[in-house]
Amino acid sequence: MKLVRFVLVGILFGIIMAKSEAISWYRIYEMFHFDAFHMYGIIGTAVTIGAIGVFLIKKFKLRDFHGNPIVFFPKDKTYKRYIFGGTLFGLGWALAGSCPGPIVVNIGYGYSAYLIVLVFAVIGTYLYGLLMDKLPH
Amino acid sequence: MTNSLIDFIMKPWPWWFSGTMIAVVMFIITFFGKSFGFSSNLRTICTLAGAGKKVKFFDFDWKTQSWNLLFLVGTFIGGFVAKNFLSYQEEPVAISEKTIERLEQINFAPPAGMQPAELVDWTNVVTLKGFLILSIAGLLIGFGSRYAGGCTSGHAISGLSNLQVPSLVAVIGFFIGGILMSHFILPLLF
Repeated sequence: MKLVRFVLVGILFGIIMAKSEAISWYRIYEMFHFDAFHMYGIIGTAVTIGAIGVFLIKKFKLRDFHGNPIVFFPKDKTYKRYIFGGTLFGLGWALAGSCPGPIVVNIGYGYSAYLIVLVFAVIGTYLYGLLMDKLPH
Repeated sequence: MTNSLIDFIMKPWPWWFSGTMIAVVMFIITFFGKSFGFSSNLRTICTLAGAGKKVKFFDFDWKTQSWNLLFLVGTFIGGFVAKNFLSYQEEPVAISEKTIERLEQINFAPPAGMQPAELVDWTNVVTLKGFLILSIAGLLIGFGSRYAGGCTSGHAISGLSNLQVPSLVAVIGFFIGGILMSHFILPLLF
């Protein structure tokens, strides 16, 4: 039952994604054409506050609510997977107008067509697991 | 005073408030001892479906990610709540005039709501073209996010906040793909 807190944070996140219009295909199309500040403002604000917060967490060695030290895991220092995987992801993001979180938010919002995107995103993830040993990383 | 607060919440949220709230969500998850990344759920769903028996990548204890699946359930509820309880009505997304002109060139009508009927209306979804667009988009999102080791939340938000160069490379990749799709491929499709 203690895990209910994660449902509550999820609800908050879903509301933010919908109310900010970050779930909208139009906003993503507009972003990739650099026509408006909206999406850049959202991501820029989140990253700026996020970076200050992460800096403070590290500086003051803050602990999580279990009392354990908060650790941030560095990403692997390879580059192929990030540029190739990132490009494939970007193609899908701009086509569906939605990244993984917003796909689910859209279904809750009432756009049931995003169920198809979700099902195929799961299949795509499976295909990656199947082929990962053959891909450059 | 109260009315203007209700108005603020019921109308589309400004970028500065939305961005701040996303950072708040990331910090709540961090203080719960977890790390914010949504696309990991797609891998966990594969594991739940039994993919771990055939493919090593999916052979892990899904219970370590059960918190994230509950977060996913929450995002679904959040979308429902935002639409039905936190909005006056579904408003046309207020994109720029320039974008509306661009849409006209690819035969898209100006926004009537959150999403274009050209893509998500079921009369279009059940056509071969409409179905292929959504399914290929899904394949690219699922394959690409796992190949890149994360999506917008894991790389663009968590990774960049932690000043990770690999995440910056992934985000550059997101934009290479996104620009290719928006500028060159979408005009061929519509």
